[in-house]
Amino acid sequence: MLKLPKAALLSLSALTLAMSASMATAAEVKSVAVTAIVEHPALDSARDGILDALNEAGYKQGENLKWQYQSAQGNTGTAAQIARKFIGDKADVLVGIATPTAQALVAGTRQIPVVFTAVTDPVQAQLTPSWEASGTNVTGVSDVLELDKQIELIKEIVPEVKKIGMVYNPGEANSVAVVEAFKKLLPEHGLELVEAAAPRTVDVRNAALSLAGKVDVIYTNTDNNVVSAYEALAKVGNDTKTPLIASDTDSVKRGAIAALGVDYRDLGQQTGRIVVRILNGEAPGSIAPQTSENLQLFINVTAAEKQGVLLTEGLLLRATEIIR
Amino acid sequence: MSWFSFFGALEIGLIFSLVALGVFISFRLLRFPDLTVDGSFPLGGAVGAVCIASGMDPFLATLLATIAGAIAGVITALLNVYLRIMDLLASILMMIALYSINLRVMGRPNIPLIMEPTVFTVLQPEWLADYIGRPLIMIAVVLLAKLALDAYFATQQGLAIRATGSNPRMARAQGVNTGAMIILGMAISNGLVGLAGALFAQTQGGADISMGIGTIVIGLAAVIVGESILPSRRIFMLTLAVVLGAVVYRFFIAAALNSDFIGLQAQDLNLVTAVLVTIALVIPLFKQRLARRRSL
Repeated sequence: MLKLPKAALLSLSALTLAMSASMATAAEVKSVAVTAIVEHPALDSARDGILDALNEAGYKQGENLKWQYQSAQGNTGTAAQIARKFIGDKADVLVGIATPTAQALVAGTRQIPVVFTAVTDPVQAQLTPSWEASGTNVTGVSDVLELDKQIELIKEIVPEVKKIGMVYNPGEANSVAVVEAFKKLLPEHGLELVEAAAPRTVDVRNAALSLAGKVDVIYTNTDNNVVSAYEALAKVGNDTKTPLIASDTDSVKRGAIAALGVDYRDLGQQTGRIVVRILNGEAPGSIAPQTSENLQLFINVTAAEKQGVLLTEGLLLRATEIIR
Repeated sequence: MSWFSFFGALEIGLIFSLVALGVFISFRLLRFPDLTVDGSFPLGGAVGAVCIASGMDPFLATLLATIAGAIAGVITALLNVYLRIMDLLASILMMIALYSINLRVMGRPNIPLIMEPTVFTVLQPEWLADYIGRPLIMIAVVLLAKLALDAYFATQQGLAIRATGSNPRMARAQGVNTGAMIILGMAISNGLVGLAGALFAQTQGGADISMGIGTIVIGLAAVIVGESILPSRRIFMLTLAVVLGAVVYRFFIAAALNSDFIGLQAQDLNLVTAVLVTIALVIPLFKQRLARRRSL
């Protein structure tokens, strides 16, 4: 017969005790695994927002919440591996920030609930079959902006506008979606779109310069390249007196006149509330994908002066935040 | 590490072992520093995804993706052989051009394949789980590719390609058309990479324009890790080492992803991977030193 020393026996029983104890608490601990394609101010804010909402609902890290976060650091191969790891960890809810990470999660599991966020067009990305409740394991929040409201804002700031310039990365799905929608929509308003491609962040300045003098205003969406190099755009706007209008509120602090945009922290919180509903037992397939609940208007008065624009009183009154 | 992340690392490692085999052919056999790979990998993904999304048979789509990759390699080689553009520069030119070409091919930056049939969904029997079935299929694909390469590089033509790489002047003296051999070698190399891109798009839910970033780095790392684990001069062992290197590299990343218990965070991932690869690379050196000290 196999003889075990007493000490070993003791430690073994201690181990079983410890294991059963941890299993008892494990029943109440929920795990949420979040992955993003890359570190980026907007995407990081969304992540923090998700945690805000979880905390608010009483899920606390180290108590009843296991929170995991991984960034693929720009590499799709790594994104795929992170997806596999999280699925293997059997997280209760998986959250994919931005299109490629959300796709990797959805491709990896049909069982574990997947919540996407900061995806502009979840239907085209085949994350959900439509904007109705999917009936699958997938739901989430889109950061799509109603372009009518954006055009309204542009007209309010530059009333005599005829040509709208846009700097964007032709390699970013979200930006291309906006450009295509603009091409359909602008002629209805008697406006024209002039595009300038910036496939790398260093191209943003030259793309903006190519537009200066040809357009009445430069509008930008939440394009990652443009947002990363917004200072370069701001310099061109100031030097050539071309008004700049952005779609993310952070860019207003960095030199845009105005932006009516999604607050990504807020978007994250909205996403987090969906995660909480799923943790509390709701099926992801019965929750319809959402768009951002509240848009925020940021105005930069100094930038307006530099870029030769006179702001109306009404606009200033409506602003969520005014930067001087 | 869970079974899921184990099989995931195996599957992605095997897909990238096709890239590593391609890089091995260009960098090691032909001695052609080829960065086309960063463009031909997403090109394979783009062609595969577009064809499948338009309703084509996934096998035919994958074949077309492989051919597209091979054509990219041929163009890089032509730039070098006939237009006398320096090898590295020729491949960089092709890599930049492919970014725009890939966007043209796809029409937009992202083509999802989540709902479409793929070679994996067709080949995989119902009763087998996805995460086990896909690596098994990949083992078969990689084994076939490896054995085919081993056999090919033992033929007259294969040997001529190897001779072109190791001593072009001598090869020419023996009557080898070195220009043609470079073109052929680059076609095989980038064809493998295109195949890998198409398979990657089919396992990861779609092709994305950003999927090529860093492919050459991963391919080279796999080749070098493989060579240090399994040093050899025989082609059979060399290709085996390269495949092994690609898989081991993925397990390093999986290990780095599971290193949160020692206080490492998400942003440390690339650093941890680099440290693990460095350790793998210096182990043979330490072994050598140890052996030398013993013999003294």
